[in-house]
Amino acid sequence: MTNDILVFAEIRDGSFKKINAELISAGLNLAEKSGGAVNVAALGGDIDAAIEDARKYPIQKVYAVKNAVLANYSTQGFADALEAVVKQAEPAIVLFGATAMGKDLSARVAARLGAALLTDCTEVDLEDGSLKVKRPVFSGKVYANVVSTNDGIKMASVRPNIYPASDQGGDPAELVDVACDLSADNIGAMVTAIESTAAGRKDVTEAEIIVAGGRSLKSEENFKILEELADVLGASVGASRAAVDAGYAPHSQQVGQTGKVVNPKLYIACGISGAIQHLVGMRTSKVIVAINKDANAPIFQHADYGIEGDLFDVVPLLTEEFKKIVEG
Amino acid sequence: MKIGVLVKNVPDTETKIKLTSDGTGIETQGVKFVMNPFDEYAVEAALQFKEKIKDDATVTVVSLGPDRVVETLRTALAMGADDAVHVWDDAFEGGDMLTNARILAKVIEKIGFDLILGGKQGIDYDAMQTCAAVAEHLGIPQVQIVIALELSEDKTALVARRRIEGGDEVVDIKLPAVVTCEKGLNEPRYASLPGIMKAKKKEIKKIGLADLDGLTADDVGSMGSTTKIVGYESLAQRPSCRMLEGEPAQQAADLVRALREESKVI
Ligand SMILES: Cc1cc2nc3c(=O)[nH]c(=O)nc-3n(C[C@H](O)[C@H](O)[C@H](O)COP(=O)(O)OP(=O)(O)OC[C@H]3O[C@@H](n4cnc5c(N)ncnc54)[C@H](O)[C@@H]3O)c2cc1C
Ligand SMILES: Nc1ncnc2c1ncn2[C@@H]1O[C@H](COP(=O)(O)O)[C@@H](O)[C@H]1O
Repeated sequence: MTNDILVFAEIRDGSFKKINAELISAGLNLAEKSGGAVNVAALGGDIDAAIEDARKYPIQKVYAVKNAVLANYSTQGFADALEAVVKQAEPAIVLFGATAMGKDLSARVAARLGAALLTDCTEVDLEDGSLKVKRPVFSGKVYANVVSTNDGIKMASVRPNIYPASDQGGDPAELVDVACDLSADNIGAMVTAIESTAAGRKDVTEAEIIVAGGRSLKSEENFKILEELADVLGASVGASRAAVDAGYAPHSQQVGQTGKVVNPKLYIACGISGAIQHLVGMRTSKVIVAINKDANAPIFQHADYGIEGDLFDVVPLLTEEFKKIVEG
Repeated sequence: MKIGVLVKNVPDTETKIKLTSDGTGIETQGVKFVMNPFDEYAVEAALQFKEKIKDDATVTVVSLGPDRVVETLRTALAMGADDAVHVWDDAFEGGDMLTNARILAKVIEKIGFDLILGGKQGIDYDAMQTCAAVAEHLGIPQVQIVIALELSEDKTALVARRRIEGGDEVVDIKLPAVVTCEKGLNEPRYASLPGIMKAKKKEIKKIGLADLDGLTADDVGSMGSTTKIVGYESLAQRPSCRMLEGEPAQQAADLVRALREESKVI
């Protein structure tokens, strides 16, 4: 085993996702302590552009498995390919994004390799050869400090938007093609289609700004006023469960315990009461703004800025104010 | 068709999590434990398949944990599951998810299932590890975070819709396989009164370490684990909320200024 850190790069639609640059910066911190290098694993079908992107970061090597079988994500195909990379690169630590793909793959590969695995971390550190992480547990009600106790390989998935994206720079990283026998016949679960839901907008888990609405929006139609604000800010639109259950917004936008955990730099909660199951999904946002006509709404206890008022008055005014800034 | 459902017993969502005074543990006194919400979707999905297939399908629920998990197994029986298996042994104490998965995989192998359903994740440690690791140990496919699931006519395959960032993946699955369920898949039924009465009388099968070939005390519980929780921390308190005063137009203008100049997020 080396002292190196391997970053599993998430590549979707052929492009190198932002989370990968965040993992590289988390990996560079770890590598400084371990005395190793950061390398990237790039797996997929038609991924030349993503590989070229990966090579621009201050890393040593890009280990690539290019194979048509990997054109779409499959746990088994990607697990076999990543296993081949790990066997060749012999990293001490493998980092994944805490995304649908990263969490699915990391658990499968960790079980195969007998690795220690820490999911959904908000801090990753190395101490006396152990991986030491902080991760929210009990749906984000508290943090747990967890360490790896094994001698062998250690893995962690890191939440998006926690580490700053690494800058590019330096000489292009070396490209290492890794051989791996893959056959579609051995894969029992194959993606046959991908249907995009968030037309033109980032998923809430990836968004830097979220404008979220609750039951008080009263209709799907009324969510348009949040979309208008989101458009000005380049934001994504989130929703409470009450709004989703009422059919005003799709479940893919639901924030909270039975929805998504989000971590933007700005979360604007419009007419959301602040139930515990909602709070656990957005509490780690850097700045929280609450707009609610009830001064006693619990959301105000968790917000940085509050406006007591009717969202139907306030939101369009905010849209106008933000427009002034954006248009300079 | 034999369907297995993995159900976990977790603190109720409303529970306030209190740390023990030394911060190294969670106070479990007075905490209400329930079936993991995501596992309710799994039980419901299994029952719907059984109803569709009619007589030749059975639903077996499996839970690993101390005696309190029996209540969750009874809840599943009351919903309509046929059998329940309680997996526990003192040696299992303190096991992390990957270790528990090794045990669950052995149990599943012993019983033999065509389809294993579970929840997307436990709302206790939010790990999302167990089911993938179970699938790996069994050497069968897994598809997670599923919001729609259909069984083929010949009962050898499934088509699933899986939620990913910004969209859905449609996945063809060959059975046997492990599938984990997300909110939206179905509306879990409530246990009926006759169901509850019947569930009370059902025998629950117990499985311990001695029943599982190839596993020793060193492989399970805290001994077999590769991770360890060393302490807990409360979330940092936010400074108190600054309420913006004045007419709505004033509030809006002041907020935008504050976001730009004070917190610099815009
Ligand atoms: C197992 C379980 C899981 C759950 N998971 C989730 C989850 O993932 N996400 C989630 O969000 N919830 C979840 N919930 C539900 C949660 O408990 C709340 O019911 C829900 O968050 C409430 O949504 P809301 O704030 O939109 O509605 P309400 O609680 O009804 O609040 C509406 C708020 O809008 C304000 N308001 C009304 N009109 C206006 C107006 N014109 N202008 C300004 N303010 C106005 C009101 O003062 C009120 O505060 C879950 C519950 C359970 C039991
Ligand atoms: N102790 C357990 N007993 C039975 N099933 C479990 C157990 N732990 C986890 N599971 C299953 O695995 C899913 C994911 O749990 P986790 O890996 O803890 O997030 C749960 O929703 C259950 O379906």
